Amino acid sequence: MISLRRITKRSEPYVLAAIILLSLLIQVRSGQFFSGNNLVDLARSLIVPALFSVGCMMVIVSGGIDVSFPAIASLAMYVTDKLLLASNYSGNVILAYAISAGLGLLMGALNGFLIGFLRLPTLVVTLGTSSLYTGLMFGAFSASASDVPPSIAKHGKEILFTATNPTMGLTSNMPSQILILIAVLILAFFLLRYTMLGRGIYAIGGDETAAERAGFNVRGIKMFLYCFVGVLAGITGIARISMMSYADPSTMLGMEMTVIAAVVLGGTRVTGGMGTLTGTILGVALMTILSNSLILIGIPTYWTRVFTGAVIIIGTGVTAHQTISTRRRRAQSQKAAA
Amino acid sequence: MTTTKTADSVRRGRSARDPNLLRLLVMLVFVFVLMTVLRPNQFATMADFNSMMRQFPEYGIMAIGISLTMITGGIDLGVVGTANLSAIVAAKFLIGTVPRGAAPAQVVPYLIIAVLLSLSVGLVCGAFAGMLISRFNIPAILATLGTQQLFTGIAIGITSGRPQSGLPLLYSRIGNMEFFRFVPISFVIFFVVAVGVGIMLSRTRFGTYMYMMGTNPRASRYAGLNNTSITLRTYMISGLLSSVAGLIMMARANSAKADYGAPYTLQCVLIAVLGGINPNGGFGTIGGVTMAILILQFLSSGLNMFNNISNFYRDVIWGGVLILVLVFNKLLSWREERRAVRKSMN
Amino acid sequence: MAASVLRVEGITKSFGGVQALKGVNFDIAPGEIHCLAGENGSGKSTLIKVVSGVYEPDAGKIEINGQQFSHLTPKEAIGLGIQVIYQDFSVFPNLTVMENLALNNELMDKRKLMSYKRARAIAGNAVSQIEFDVDLDERVENLSVADRQLIAICRALLQEAKLIIMDEPTSALTKKEVKALFAVIKRLQARGLPILFVSHKLDEVFEISERYTILRSGENVARGNTKELDRKTFVFHMTGRQFEDEFYRPSAAKREPILSVRELSLQGAYSDISFDLSPGEILGVTGLLGSGRTELVETLFGISQPDAGKIFIRGKEVRIKSVKSAIRKGIGYVPSDRLTEGLFLPQSVERNLAITALDRLSDHFGFLRRSAIADMTRKWIGELSIAAKSPALPVWALSGGNQQKVVLARWLANDLSILMLNGPTMGVDIGSKYDIHVLMRELAARGLAIIIVSDDLPEVLACASRILVMRDGAFVQELDPSATTESKLSELSTGIA
Repeated sequence: MISLRRITKRSEPYVLAAIILLSLLIQVRSGQFFSGNNLVDLARSLIVPALFSVGCMMVIVSGGIDVSFPAIASLAMYVTDKLLLASNYSGNVILAYAISAGLGLLMGALNGFLIGFLRLPTLVVTLGTSSLYTGLMFGAFSASASDVPPSIAKHGKEILFTATNPTMGLTSNMPSQILILIAVLILAFFLLRYTMLGRGIYAIGGDETAAERAGFNVRGIKMFLYCFVGVLAGITGIARISMMSYADPSTMLGMEMTVIAAVVLGGTRVTGGMGTLTGTILGVALMTILSNSLILIGIPTYWTRVFTGAVIIIGTGVTAHQTISTRRRRAQSQKAAA
Repeated sequence: MTTTKTADSVRRGRSARDPNLLRLLVMLVFVFVLMTVLRPNQFATMADFNSMMRQFPEYGIMAIGISLTMITGGIDLGVVGTANLSAIVAAKFLIGTVPRGAAPAQVVPYLIIAVLLSLSVGLVCGAFAGMLISRFNIPAILATLGTQQLFTGIAIGITSGRPQSGLPLLYSRIGNMEFFRFVPISFVIFFVVAVGVGIMLSRTRFGTYMYMMGTNPRASRYAGLNNTSITLRTYMISGLLSSVAGLIMMARANSAKADYGAPYTLQCVLIAVLGGINPNGGFGTIGGVTMAILILQFLSSGLNMFNNISNFYRDVIWGGVLILVLVFNKLLSWREERRAVRKSMN
Repeated sequence: MAASVLRVEGITKSFGGVQALKGVNFDIAPGEIHCLAGENGSGKSTLIKVVSGVYEPDAGKIEINGQQFSHLTPKEAIGLGIQVIYQDFSVFPNLTVMENLALNNELMDKRKLMSYKRARAIAGNAVSQIEFDVDLDERVENLSVADRQLIAICRALLQEAKLIIMDEPTSALTKKEVKALFAVIKRLQARGLPILFVSHKLDEVFEISERYTILRSGENVARGNTKELDRKTFVFHMTGRQFEDEFYRPSAAKREPILSVRELSLQGAYSDISFDLSPGEILGVTGLLGSGRTELVETLFGISQPDAGKIFIRGKEVRIKSVKSAIRKGIGYVPSDRLTEGLFLPQSVERNLAITALDRLSDHFGFLRRSAIADMTRKWIGELSIAAKSPALPVWALSGGNQQKVVLARWLANDLSILMLNGPTMGVDIGSKYDIHVLMRELAARGLAIIIVSDDLPEVLACASRILVMRDGAFVQELDPSATTESKLSELSTGIA
């Protein structure tokens, strides 16, 4: 009884219901949604936003907001790409991931320093560093679409399995990068739930002063958090270009808004302290289905943004409504108790 | 003794808000002098002033709109979407109704209708965002993130993503008109907007209400302020200003398109913060915002004159300046805080 | 006499040339409840911070369980068993009760990983120590203020507290909750745990403590056994001033009621409320938190709409649709939470004062008449003797009492006929409290009709000319303050004899 009440208060079930309804609608109208290749295509386009969303969710839980991760991912992958091309490296792709993650770490550390140590407002800081990093990429490195080194190209061709749609004769490949997403999810789950560091992120989002008094190293945790987001962004960058098999510096820019929207849609509280990985992934899935599958029911692609916008507005509206009505209910129950 | 003390603290109380303006002014002069020294033959010439006056009004007007919403404790990330959508509506109307080869005198009524149409689209867009925020209690950052997608989406949808060109010649002729062959009409519009909004903020009741609600919406409710209506009106003004910016963009490009000015959103937020608008609401002046606009315009125009420096360094410098200003303000406020603590022990 | 748990001697501390503590001495014996009293700014918090290791004293010694220190670090203080329970309790609203209790321990043990099994055991043990019945899996934000405080106490116990310091622990509690808290404190005392109870409320000092120390301007002006202390001396030591006994009688001439309320109901808050209010009267409405008292006055102020019933002003039926319409009808309201509902803290005194009168202080185009605003501000700063160096100062720079006067002035600047005050002197020091009471009586004598909502019973008795007791959303009884007592009032509002 009590646990049922707790479940209906969460937003994951609503997002899941929306996904199911939308899927069924598309399935009924087109008959193509539950085909193997469509599902694999969806999983494929989910990988990059989902990787981003993990870090983004953690930042929002800590009470901050980060809009710089696409810029970090782009600059990190681009520099790595150029570096490897210039040195004619043809070894393992692990090195590419390592370099890009390292660059991401450095860029994230700048965010962490400004936010954790100087206590500057997160939105403004990351807006600034975002502008800084994209500017460096296009300015100092005069970035433009470029080839990828053989190791990354080869990594991009590694596929887990191929799904074929018998009626349309279309095939889709499940990229191996999905394994990275799974690994990151497991790591993040463990980190958030079973380490003091992870609990510290939630604690800071709940009450920063209380966290400090309790003995959490607030600066250190924030530093770690933004570094972690940087590392994740670096990895995401390489995953993205290996799947596209060329390095387009602007392919990820502008994703921050939809990723944040997906995270909030998934029930992460904008003011911090609450958020789950399950909700986040559901939120990303809903946004991905919207932008990928509407074409299946005959809605031209250039209308998809209208739907994304509508989903953000409706989704956040429902969440806002929920928080207000729980607050009211709580006030009433307190009154009853008094 | 007491009177001098009071006068002194009044002065201190006022100057507590002024340092930011002063700092901005110093920065403005510094950038100006720097560029003039480095590029004496190009920067600060008549031609350069003219081109700068053509560039900043479109994003400057949007920055003022965003600043207003930030003063009330919100933010409007939907300004660019609003600008493009309203421009597209005007463009579609003009393209669809003005007969080919019509004489200028015949076109004028169409132009007036198009401008009014565009301004009303801006007002409606703003009212929609304002309603989401004030009636449905959606946090402003998310509501306007949504409206930005929605408005841009509608703009893409009704144009299939194609630019709308073939506007009557008269429109761009008026839009690119220059007074005394020097002052572009867009600059005049910016000037009027800045002065008007500045007066509204500092001299009217509504301006005070905006600051007070931005400081503490709960207290403003208990003081009898109508938060819903203040929010609604603020976002409507922001929408209206966006559509003005959209009309200017349309005149400059002689067309309208759903993705014009995409990077302006972040630039405008940056300008507002640099100009001293408190992101938590309640504080900031149009004077500060205007100076921030000028600083960034001087910087980017100046940098354009260096052939070996890519245009994209502008982003680096904007980001860098923003962060430096933040760090600097922080260090200063730490010093002030320490002083205040010491004073409060008195 | 047994050795002290804590003894401080000659503690001085100054900040940038200002002496916050000037040689303070005091001591706490084992198992003793000791009250540290003093007005805001008397040095209480500085002293607590010295004892808990946050500040390093300039001179003096601290002796804990026989060990001598010239100063402590926060870690040492915790290690020695000194636990401070802050006013905001320092809990995590978004986490469960279990985590709130266990996290500190896990951090103290320098653990890197979190075990929910261990956490449950720790938390279960902690709540059982004070017989606190709570769902360990509930989020703390869903608990009442009193429960959050008990969580903070449990957490202190978990860290092997040898001395618990409670900083103004009752400021956000209702009378009933205060009683429950005192029971917990007694239980802790029975286990031999000494408690330093920091407060400026004299009733509490009398009720709970055995010995007291009173600070004023950084000096301890009085120490001794609470039994030997009386009200008058206490107030004198706290403020350094002598006060007249307070009470208010309206002029005998009965006037026509200005406000009449008939069978007013709001679902879930109050029902069937009827009363009359005449100019010159001070109506005291008292009752527990949740009795519907706040909702009632907020309905009269247009914050919420009643479901049934009628409101008459000067005999004419009115509908109060919004705060604005309440203001137009001459009603003003000083909300209970000054900091979040009453004031715009970082804005200037002038703006805070003028905000409700801007309609009058601007022309019909909406332009502000600045000199009129400045004149009005100056007038009210003078009239209420608000201690503000300049009207341009942010209002947070003022003391609690002066802040409250700013909120009052805001309403007085309008042409008011009815003023409602919710907890008018909450968190205000005794001196300003006295001033505010005098002011209310003056205003009533000048013909204003006043409603005070308060659970500060001595205040209601001292100020009101008529008292209405609310319980569970209904009026229980109307009382004459001169013919009733605090215990009678408390009995009526709790329903417990």
